Amino acid sequence: MTDAQTQIPVTVLTGYLGSGKTTLLNRILSESHGKRYAVIVNEFGEIGIDNDLIVESDEEIYEMNNGCVCCTVRGDLIRVVEGLMRRPGRFDAIVVETTGLADPVPVAQTFFMDEDVRSRTRLDAVVALVDAKHLPLRLKDSREAEDQIAFADVIVLNKTDLVTPEELRDVEAAVRAINPAARIHRTTRAGVKLDEVLDRGAFDLSRALENDPHFLDGHDHHDHDHHDHDHDHDHHQDHDGHDHGHASPIHDVTVQSVSLRGGEMDSKKFFPWIEKVTQMEGPNILRLKGIIAFGDDPERYVIQGVHMIVEGDHQRAWKDGEKRESRLVFIGRELDADRLRKSFEACQATPAN
Amino acid sequence: MPTVAPLDLDGHCIAAVFMGGVPHFALADGIVHRLDHGHKWQAVHDGMLAAVLDRQGQRLITGGEDGKVFSSAGEIVEPIAEAGRKWITSVAVGPQRTIAFAAGKTAVVRFADGKLREFAHPRSVEGLAFSPRGMRLGVARYNGATLHYVSAQSQPTELRWDGAHTGIVFSPDGNFLVTTMQENALHGWKLADGKHMRMTGYPAKVKSLSWSAKGKWLASSGAPAAIVWPFQGKDGPMGKAPLELGTRGDTMVTCVACHPSQDVAAIGYADGMVMAARFADAREVLLRRPGKGAVTSMMWDQEERRIVFGTETGDCGVIDIAG
Repeated sequence: MTDAQTQIPVTVLTGYLGSGKTTLLNRILSESHGKRYAVIVNEFGEIGIDNDLIVESDEEIYEMNNGCVCCTVRGDLIRVVEGLMRRPGRFDAIVVETTGLADPVPVAQTFFMDEDVRSRTRLDAVVALVDAKHLPLRLKDSREAEDQIAFADVIVLNKTDLVTPEELRDVEAAVRAINPAARIHRTTRAGVKLDEVLDRGAFDLSRALENDPHFLDGHDHHDHDHHDHDHDHDHHQDHDGHDHGHASPIHDVTVQSVSLRGGEMDSKKFFPWIEKVTQMEGPNILRLKGIIAFGDDPERYVIQGVHMIVEGDHQRAWKDGEKRESRLVFIGRELDADRLRKSFEACQATPAN
Repeated sequence: MPTVAPLDLDGHCIAAVFMGGVPHFALADGIVHRLDHGHKWQAVHDGMLAAVLDRQGQRLITGGEDGKVFSSAGEIVEPIAEAGRKWITSVAVGPQRTIAFAAGKTAVVRFADGKLREFAHPRSVEGLAFSPRGMRLGVARYNGATLHYVSAQSQPTELRWDGAHTGIVFSPDGNFLVTTMQENALHGWKLADGKHMRMTGYPAKVKSLSWSAKGKWLASSGAPAAIVWPFQGKDGPMGKAPLELGTRGDTMVTCVACHPSQDVAAIGYADGMVMAARFADAREVLLRRPGKGAVTSMMWDQEERRIVFGTETGDCGVIDIAG
């Protein structure tokens, strides 16, 4: 029973202490946007707003007892979401704030792996706040900062007023090198438009593409929120973005992305392949996203995954004149780009003649 | 013919019980409704998370989002404990009016004289139960269960089994401990020797457990039938197949409640249907046609003639078996 009508959207906010998470959270709770949010926080501490719908919860990671090391969920979220959803009329959406050091993966997997949570809620997007000034340092001393960026759908590059334009460019390049598929917003004082972080439908396979037509373009793209422009600036920087991922001027990056591009795929080859890749490489894959053109299918097929969890669905018919190509991005560690590319290309449909 | 007296409420029913023969319905919004010469209600919590009837059947012990524990009987509502801003996620009752509640990683026992004793744990306290004689408090937690002596100053017993344990019950004779798990399984321990009992094969999480008269059987939800494990032998259900009662092809059992004296269980389903099934011959009787939502709570009355039931959609009521 997964009726999108009754499923409450959940936004996950990650980011280090000092990245502006609390500022953003306070804006979500106090600005008039006509929606009510239930907020699950680790500590009430910083939030200066009294609200019945702020729930304190101890981050608690449960490994599932199925022998799979990457099958982890947040036990506390299962409990709290179940409690909240017994009175669903009180709020329109849920925001989960994680601690600075939190691993975003168990949070996200909770919304896929727990049947009760899954039937009542849907993961909307993972939003990472990044402190532009301190990111280089964070990347040096922790893997979590990198994981949070790698895992995000939306990245708010905050405190841009504290860095020089050159530093900002380097930080953004580092972020982009870790995660080529996310949407980046440059901000000061977490001043991103709330509709750029809430109700994104980033895990909704068809909406993810509507919201972001350049999804998986292999080009850099970001919005300049601090300029108050209504339209997106897409910087089609002319570099080869669809191969090994980008080289970052900031080192200490262990996450890589592998962007693959191919023609029409043979579904009989592609599905066993993606299943095998995610079974074998699951622990190393943080996210995967893709659009697949199948030779025998008039519709675009979109696919996404978290570790070993993979979901796919038909999105819409290919348009006349639209190039029927397949694109797939893996974000993870220790990925064998050459092997992934070769095996991906081997799934292409052979021309009929 | 069984008849149903419906009570249409608004919201998720946490517990449907008889107190002094009067049907009570505790809802997630914190209001306790009762059918006592008409429909009456009493606001207790701002958001209720857990409710259990005390062993004397005189008080309803509840915990809520407001961090409070209340004891209520009709119009008399008494706050009995507080835990700050933490949610009270579980409550349990022992003999001699002892109660326990869970808030985060702490389990608190409150004795009849109001004295409190705290038991801290490294991980969240998920489920709580007192042993039949009330000497021990069982805590369901990540990777197993912990048994504390409620009054004595002795080391707790740690029972290890990997995975998250979410609920806990003692068998009525105190010989077995059974937990519900985050995965689709029950786990059990024979307390005399710590022997494990794995009860698996469920297609869904088990959320409802009920011991039959004298603890001979343990009925459970989590499948398209009530799964009833035999506990007559000294090793519990090990090596034996469970009964499957009230099997339906298209919907899951969400709630079970065994008859007070006979080997019969009331079985509630995800679509709101309620049936009764006899263990001996699996014979079924329809008690309530499908309603709006899943059955969440049921209890038989002392006369063994009525069943009070609640659902997650608020369409509650009382079934009279004899009509």
